Amino acid sequence: MPSSEPLLQVRGLQGCYGPVRVLHGVDLDIAAGELVALVGANGAGKTTLLRILSGLHRASAGQIRLDGADIGRLPPHRIVAAGICQVPEGRQVFAPLSVSDNLRLGGYAQRRDPAWLERRLRFVYDLFPILAERHAQLAGTLSGGQQQMLAIGRALLGRPRLLLLDEPSMGLAPLLVEEILRVIGELNRQGVTILLVEQNARAALSIAHRGYVLETGRVALAAPAATLLADEGVKRAYLGY
Amino acid sequence: MWDQILQFLLTGITLGSTYALVALGFAIIYNASDVVNLAQGEFVMLGAMSAIALSAGQGLPLPLAILLAVLLTLVVGLMLQRFAIAPAKGITVVGTIIITIGASIFLRGLALLLWGKDIQALPHFSGETPLRWGDLTLLPQSLWVMGGTALLVLGVQLFFNRTLLGKAILACSCNKTAAQLVGINVGRMLLVAYGLSALLGAMAGVLVTPITYTSYDAGIMLGLKGFAAAVLGGMGNPMGAVAGGLLLGLLESLAAGLISSGYKDAIAFIILLLVLFLRPSGLFGRAVSERV
Repeated sequence: MPSSEPLLQVRGLQGCYGPVRVLHGVDLDIAAGELVALVGANGAGKTTLLRILSGLHRASAGQIRLDGADIGRLPPHRIVAAGICQVPEGRQVFAPLSVSDNLRLGGYAQRRDPAWLERRLRFVYDLFPILAERHAQLAGTLSGGQQQMLAIGRALLGRPRLLLLDEPSMGLAPLLVEEILRVIGELNRQGVTILLVEQNARAALSIAHRGYVLETGRVALAAPAATLLADEGVKRAYLGY
Repeated sequence: MWDQILQFLLTGITLGSTYALVALGFAIIYNASDVVNLAQGEFVMLGAMSAIALSAGQGLPLPLAILLAVLLTLVVGLMLQRFAIAPAKGITVVGTIIITIGASIFLRGLALLLWGKDIQALPHFSGETPLRWGDLTLLPQSLWVMGGTALLVLGVQLFFNRTLLGKAILACSCNKTAAQLVGINVGRMLLVAYGLSALLGAMAGVLVTPITYTSYDAGIMLGLKGFAAAVLGGMGNPMGAVAGGLLLGLLESLAAGLISSGYKDAIAFIILLLVLFLRPSGLFGRAVSERV
């Protein structure tokens, strides 16, 4: 599983919104094949970190390397092409377009490889049969859970080498949360490297190999997931004991 | 009486077709960026004026002149986005709209310098002998306008419903962040939207100019009418814009025929005001709350 050379290497990352600094020098490593959880309270900077990784927000300092290549200055579409695909917070499916159009757009960066896309589309439909059933339906009319599945499927069609998931459990019923997490674990076992950002720390850590705890823009703790789950401080602050 | 009204309807559809194409151009750019491109009417004028300059002035055969004129306008549309809109990255929507006003004044001035103040006409594509059915008459050029508009609207419809590129533009309009996250180059999509709008405007110009004539400032009125049509149909709804254009043309023609041709131009603006007062999302518009 975790190999020595990290797939993603983040060093000293700082992020600001105007004069307000949100990230104060974050270091993060993700090895190929890992499932890493990033937990922390609201406002800790988790979403900002993901926005910077996807190129939606420019870091004010620091380095981001994917497989050794500096990707910190690339625009979002080049980052997707390089292999970082994000499932954004709140799903953000293309509501007025059909389910199958959403998925095809997910493969926009891979549009020159239709054979691969066709195979991958079948894979996603096998993973979420409900999407195959509703492929002609408008995405905006799906339930929250189905939209989450669609958002994940859409990102998978981008051929991610690293899949970023922002709060996939948000607003879902407990049974659905379980289902989504099961799928995330399954994807990881099939070889997809995943960075999972969650406020639901227990759920995230229960399927992750390692975890980072982000507190007000700094990495407060970084440890194997089991260690974090057993840590008294983490338990008190994030697991609700 | 009925014959007369039928005649007004025919005229109205011809006129409305032009408005429909201009309105469609508005809708496409609005959809992709929430911006109302107020240089849209100038695309119509540029298409028409450059076709005239190339055919009458340079002596090129009409089809070739038209093709070149449309391509030229397309390039102008692309350049507008690339060199005036794109560099102002991060500016507000209103700021961008003001840039398009500037562009429209610039293009009008350029046309004035190049081609003068005279009203000019393009030859009819296939003669000026009206077709007659009983008391009804129709210029062959009207058939060109209606047929050309129908083909273009169909083409745009297919582009947005059937092609990945068209859907990528729709994706940008409904969620820019998500579009970026699937690897769509949003700037590139805007470029395509401006190009497509310029192309539609130029086509509208060359189709209708044999009937309506044109001049360096013809774009102002056409732009405003097209805008009224787009609002009437529901801003950002391409097929609504087409319907709005046709409806506006019909109403104008009926008003000119039944009331007085002096009120013809007022109709568009009265309708625009009424729609804005009574139904701001337009006849076929989505509720504003849906655009999150």
